[in-house]
Amino acid sequence: MRKNAPRTAVALGTGLLAVTLVLSGCSGAGGTGGTTSTKTVSQADIDKAMNTPTTLNFWTWVPDIKNEVALFEKKYPKIKVNVQNVGQGAPHYQKIRTAVKAGKGAPDVVQMEYQYISSFNVTGNLLDLAPYGASKLSDQYTPWVWNQVKRDKAVYGIPQDAGPMGNLYRKDILAKAGITKAPETWEEYAADAKIVKEKTGSYMSDLASSQAGQMLGLLWQAGVKPFGYDGDKGVTVDVNSAKAKEVASYWQKLIQEGSVSTDPDFTDSWYQGLANGKYAGWLTAAWGPVFLQGTAAKTSGLWAAAPLPQYSSGENVSGNWGGSSDAVLKTTKNPIASYELAKFINNDAESTLQFANKQFLFPTATKTLESTDFTDQKADFYGGQQVNKLFAGISGTVDTKFEWLPYMDYAYSSYNETMGKALAAKGDLSAGLDAWQKSLVSYGTQQGFSVNK
Amino acid sequence: MTQTVAAPSRASTGARRRTNANQRRQNRAAYLFVAPFMLVFVLMLLVPLFYSGYLSLFATRLIGGSQFAWLTNYIRAFTDADFLAGVGRMGLFLVIQVPIMLCLALFLALAIDSGRARGAGAIRLLVFLPYAVPGVVATLMWGYLYGQDFGPIAQVFRALGFGAPNLLSASTILGSIMNIVTWEFVGYNMIIMYAALRSIPSELFEAAEIDGAGQFRIAWSIKIPAIRPAIMLTVIFSIIGTFQLFNEPSLLKGLAPNVIDNAFTPNYYAYNLAFINQDVNYAAAIAFLLGIVIAIVSYVVQLSTQRREARAS
Repeated sequence: MRKNAPRTAVALGTGLLAVTLVLSGCSGAGGTGGTTSTKTVSQADIDKAMNTPTTLNFWTWVPDIKNEVALFEKKYPKIKVNVQNVGQGAPHYQKIRTAVKAGKGAPDVVQMEYQYISSFNVTGNLLDLAPYGASKLSDQYTPWVWNQVKRDKAVYGIPQDAGPMGNLYRKDILAKAGITKAPETWEEYAADAKIVKEKTGSYMSDLASSQAGQMLGLLWQAGVKPFGYDGDKGVTVDVNSAKAKEVASYWQKLIQEGSVSTDPDFTDSWYQGLANGKYAGWLTAAWGPVFLQGTAAKTSGLWAAAPLPQYSSGENVSGNWGGSSDAVLKTTKNPIASYELAKFINNDAESTLQFANKQFLFPTATKTLESTDFTDQKADFYGGQQVNKLFAGISGTVDTKFEWLPYMDYAYSSYNETMGKALAAKGDLSAGLDAWQKSLVSYGTQQGFSVNK
Repeated sequence: MTQTVAAPSRASTGARRRTNANQRRQNRAAYLFVAPFMLVFVLMLLVPLFYSGYLSLFATRLIGGSQFAWLTNYIRAFTDADFLAGVGRMGLFLVIQVPIMLCLALFLALAIDSGRARGAGAIRLLVFLPYAVPGVVATLMWGYLYGQDFGPIAQVFRALGFGAPNLLSASTILGSIMNIVTWEFVGYNMIIMYAALRSIPSELFEAAEIDGAGQFRIAWSIKIPAIRPAIMLTVIFSIIGTFQLFNEPSLLKGLAPNVIDNAFTPNYYAYNLAFINQDVNYAAAIAFLLGIVIAIVSYVVQLSTQRREARAS
């Protein structure tokens, strides 16, 4: 009996080896680059697809999105949409990547923030929606937003919401310091910040050491082009350009003076800071006003919204922080129906207005941005100010040309370890940018991109 | 040789066959009982292990795809300052936190076992209770307690007129994590030691007491040596647990994003490599190396105590 033992072990071993080989075979197919069929889809194809009973899987974290999906299902009764929330942000993308790699279980339509489109394109996971009619939608969206979802003639997502940046501030705290109107230039902002800190003890705002998105938005406003990607192998990284360093040195001064803090954002202590006046303002995106309303409810009426301060007076430019689109994965078996879903919820007048007014997603479709149902709303939290109208105006001032790297997951996490560390230490921000640059170049090169060549 | 063995056995073939059949049936039953475990063991442990070993031999890049890379990933790990720093940090953790935690656990176990402490049952439960709190919840809770602006610890310090300590800074974070881990696992280790203490025959203590030994003498000369295997078990568990540290750094990163970097602990590093850097192959190599490090450290510890015991006897 015992003699048999080695033999069974060998059998077990070979069996395992076979299993591992089979398993590894699955992962071998990870194609790169996208060859897309340029054949356009005819109306007849669309009609046929929309009248065939189909079930679509849709991964998104947007609360109550079922309401918009219901409008879609009402219009196309044959199509059933299965909405799933697999987590927000990083976990969401990790799950998509895992499902795509496994070759099984991936959804048809996914929520996709603009900065991640390139990251999924480089592995060839997104379906080009142009042949399905997406290119015809271009003039219905804010131009800079449309630039975020297209590359050459291809369209990789239908814009859902955006985050043009503005300045939310506490009227009462500024008034205590003798300031009656929001600073219009960064110079004024710095001067005000000093006074506010001296007279009230509050920080003018928090430049979060954990938030690459906010910093990138501010760089975006300053006209910095930190990233570039040609859609193939060529990547440009220029986060430590002279202009970027100018922005950094501006903030360095404020931080070292002690008039701006660098606490990590979206933490308990930061929420409390917003609610109890530790920060007199928040440089944030268009989704910020409603978010703040929920976070600092007891300070209702004390806040006001203004555009970002400008580098020179009379100028009117802004940057963007956040926002997302709905994209279709290449693995879908129902490309037409998937595209129609992405298009309908983000393009239909009723659906987009519902997004804007009920879920408070800042709209990207021009007809919603112009709709008085949206812009004329008065926000009590901001003392009756028409905050939507303000941000709709800012939306038109965002620089159109801003690109992302095909590896933003890494770029954000490496920001925390380089620039973020410098911010937290109230140290040399210029050196922080240099370190970030170095880390982005070395990672890109290691991943096979040709960086800055 | 075989003939001489075979010859006498021929006489008793009939009986042999019967016992053989009996034994085979018993064996079959044994295999049947072990089968469910083996099945899960193979599917959930061996297969993933082989698979990740296989993965670790490749290099996949975003551009250029996957290539067989021999041991490149392992060589890279040995020169990877981030990985080595993480291992070093865990070494420090091991040397400081584990002795503190286990001494505390041993002291509590002995105190409760001595029967002198009042309310021993309640103490036992209270000390064990943190272990019942999931690690994630515990970390979130401590994260709140550590908070510099509104955390209760900082508030107490301020109320007493001292400056609030920053418990989430680069120089204090390791200590803060040690505190969380100690809080979580003292009770668990105490229960293992306490259970071992209960199984020591009480005649030994009675004899010692008659000989005039005090409680400390009994604890030192009888109890601790008697439960040495249980203590060893907690040491090995703690070594493995230390190197696998993951929840605490990954959750505290939200509060101190610039203090805890991606390679803070080797396990957290492997996770970040796979899911942020999208470098599954290198992550697999790191995971393998981590396994080897744990095996070596555990083996060395076990060997050294065995040798000491051999010398003692």
